[in-house]
Amino acid sequence: MAEFLQQLINGLALGSILALIALGYTMVYGILRFINFAHGDVFMLGAFAGFYLTPKVANFFPTPSILSGLVVMAMAMAICAAIGIVIERFAYRPLRNSPKLTMLITAIGVSLFLEYSGQLVFGAAPKKFPALIPVYPMANLGGLSVTSNQIIVLAVTLLLLVALRFIVLKTKIGMAMRALSFNPEAAALMGVNTDVVISFTFALGSALAAAAGILFAVNYPAIDPLMGILPGLKAFVAAVLGGIGNLPGAALGGIIIGVTETLVAGYISSTYRDAIAFAILILILLVKPSGLLGKKEIEKV
Amino acid sequence: MSALLQLDKTTIRFGGLTAVSDLDLQIGRNELVGLIGPNGAGKTTVFNLVTGVYQPTAGAISFDGQLTANRKPHQIARRGLARTFQNIRLFPSLSVFDNVRAAFHLHLRGDARHALWRGNGFFAEENEIAAKVLELLEIFSLGKFRDVCAKNLSYGDQRRLEIVRALATKPKLLLLDEPAAGMNASEKTELMRLIQFIKDKFQISVLLVEHDMKVVMGICERIAVLDYGVKIAEGKPTEIRANPKVIEAYLGQ
Amino acid sequence: MNFPRAKTFLLGAIALCFLISLFASQINSYWLFISYDVGINIILAVSLNLINGYTGQFSLGHAGFMAVGAYTAAMITNQFGELNTFASGAVFLTALLAGGLAAAVAGLLVGIPTLRLRGDYLAIVTLGFGEIIRVIFQNMQSVGGARGLSVMHGWTNFFWTFGFAAITIYVVVALVHSTYGRGFVAVRDDEIAAASMGINPTKYKVTAFVIGAFFAGIAGGLYAHSKQFLTPGGFGFMQSIAIVVMVILGGMGNTVGVIIAAILLTLLPEFLRPVAEYRMIIYSLLLIILMLTRPQGLFSLRKSLSVK
Repeated sequence: MAEFLQQLINGLALGSILALIALGYTMVYGILRFINFAHGDVFMLGAFAGFYLTPKVANFFPTPSILSGLVVMAMAMAICAAIGIVIERFAYRPLRNSPKLTMLITAIGVSLFLEYSGQLVFGAAPKKFPALIPVYPMANLGGLSVTSNQIIVLAVTLLLLVALRFIVLKTKIGMAMRALSFNPEAAALMGVNTDVVISFTFALGSALAAAAGILFAVNYPAIDPLMGILPGLKAFVAAVLGGIGNLPGAALGGIIIGVTETLVAGYISSTYRDAIAFAILILILLVKPSGLLGKKEIEKV
Repeated sequence: MSALLQLDKTTIRFGGLTAVSDLDLQIGRNELVGLIGPNGAGKTTVFNLVTGVYQPTAGAISFDGQLTANRKPHQIARRGLARTFQNIRLFPSLSVFDNVRAAFHLHLRGDARHALWRGNGFFAEENEIAAKVLELLEIFSLGKFRDVCAKNLSYGDQRRLEIVRALATKPKLLLLDEPAAGMNASEKTELMRLIQFIKDKFQISVLLVEHDMKVVMGICERIAVLDYGVKIAEGKPTEIRANPKVIEAYLGQ
Repeated sequence: MNFPRAKTFLLGAIALCFLISLFASQINSYWLFISYDVGINIILAVSLNLINGYTGQFSLGHAGFMAVGAYTAAMITNQFGELNTFASGAVFLTALLAGGLAAAVAGLLVGIPTLRLRGDYLAIVTLGFGEIIRVIFQNMQSVGGARGLSVMHGWTNFFWTFGFAAITIYVVVALVHSTYGRGFVAVRDDEIAAASMGINPTKYKVTAFVIGAFFAGIAGGLYAHSKQFLTPGGFGFMQSIAIVVMVILGGMGNTVGVIIAAILLTLLPEFLRPVAEYRMIIYSLLLIILMLTRPQGLFSLRKSLSVK
């Protein structure tokens, strides 16, 4: 039983990270009906931003602390938000009226570009992510060992989810985002500046991916330019699982995939770990393509 | 004489909305029937029900003696039901010739193996089909456009092509969804002549959904009127024209 | 339009390949092996074009089918020791066909569930299937798992490679350019209209997948007996993308364009050798620029990537 709860917590931590990435996918899809293939690589860039920023920030914070960690994360999020805006502006916006397939292929091109430029600039060999946050003695809750890193992952994720909820439900721009996701033409007619809102959505999604990157790197310190591929794909599956375009769904999907994958790897076989997400994808698309929390879209003839 | 198309108490609900309610409708052989009603009355929905795009929530539909329940659109089409669409659905990247040729697919005797083997039988059938396609195109004055890409045709020609393509399947019943939409007066007169011609020459039944009253009253032998998914009247054009319920449905919008 | 002399061309092409392969020893072996890559990529691109280009099903998992064919063929030929020319030819052909058939079955398994999906969804699911196939091979110890599989016989030669390339081209072209074959393009252009004319969209999509997968399997078998070493990693998402790029560059649904694109893209790394470091970056930039400027491909007469 203790073993099971242990795995559950591991799964929750992984799932939280996937959830953060999945939110970016789902927000962009909700507004543009477009799968941003390069999103997983923004996650990677976030981790690398953290890698390069940590020593610089250490000049101001002699000893690593939660605060210094949050500062690095905030800076990485800002950098990636900017990157997301740039990508949208130059690679996706010109194609907004093109068939979806064109955009998908462009996104694949952007993804490859980020990965291979990363290999060139950062070097292809994995790097060790610096100790960003001090590791506190493990909490021991009734026989379970929970690392402080895991608690931080869960706490930060929760914080970001609350912040996101606030932005989407309570701010003007959040309302504009929701309007755009329901009906772009009507929203534009109501005076919503489509370009700004779309840029903002990309920025938001990218910032969350960056946070995920840092949290991931803190827990699994080996980072390399291709690290975003698998988490990116799994996060996309999470978004589809929850109902693509549906924010709570993305978070739910992330948790489910994280937990399932960890449990399967722990109890059945760790070698099939990566295939779990894809198996779930195929299952959900066969059984309920609109996702767990999504609504069916009927095509008008 | 059994009806070619029969709808019995057909109902369809989309969530909370009942689009078509308790509809009884019969089309016999070689009849020209009109289906009219204000916008949103459910006319295209009826088409989608008959062709199998939607499954009814209640009631039964049968075509040519067989129920259409749980049949896919292409299966129903194979029984002799053809349709055109409100927003023209041609095959844009194919030529005019190929658009019609694709419709002869129904009556192909050969299949993939013959296409691959390319024996004499294959070429004989292909030539036979080509001749029939051209013949059909000529009847409807589209022969000169045979190699033109379908999306480059004028609007009126596209509508005509869609009808020709539907005819190529040799249907028993042809469903026309607002064929006069976007046409001017002379084009509409030509369309009326065309539909009458099709019914007579090919000996088929036609169910016509149309907004233009002149067209409907001009050629339909019988008219059914829908309002909010319910049939409020049915009868000869003169009867419908004078029917107070119909007038109210159209005016009281 | 019906290509009345297609069969003659095919037989002539195969005869030509046979003749050339007899003189193969005269050709620089480095470029000879590159030519095998060209032939294999032609088979992959043309077979994918049937699925993506002509039937409009955007599949991103073609490399998975290639893997199935490669491993199947290799497992069969590895059972045999040294054989004379005739026997090795017979065994090789059988192995290749078996690989193609296995891949076709995989195509059936992938095609059927994914049929009702559209556009991006279909792309991601096929990608997922491709990855699942890769992971399965990675965990199959009987085929070497992650360590890889050695292929004993390097039987791939000019005749087999370009002979099958000619067959692949013939099959796809002959099939699509017939009244039966218009069904594929009809399904691509407008599935609902096609159904209203009695064309069964499901049947055509599955057929395209199965035939496309079959030839990808053949290509895989040829690949296995050229490189003589297989790793699951070599059949992943990147490989599928590389084939997709050939189809897009050539113009979806344009067989000649796709063949030229396959040749160009296979030879490109050779020309980019001096800047090998930047090769993938240039490649990805090319992809982006291509989509931004000429998404219909270099050789297509259309104005956009898809017809809608």
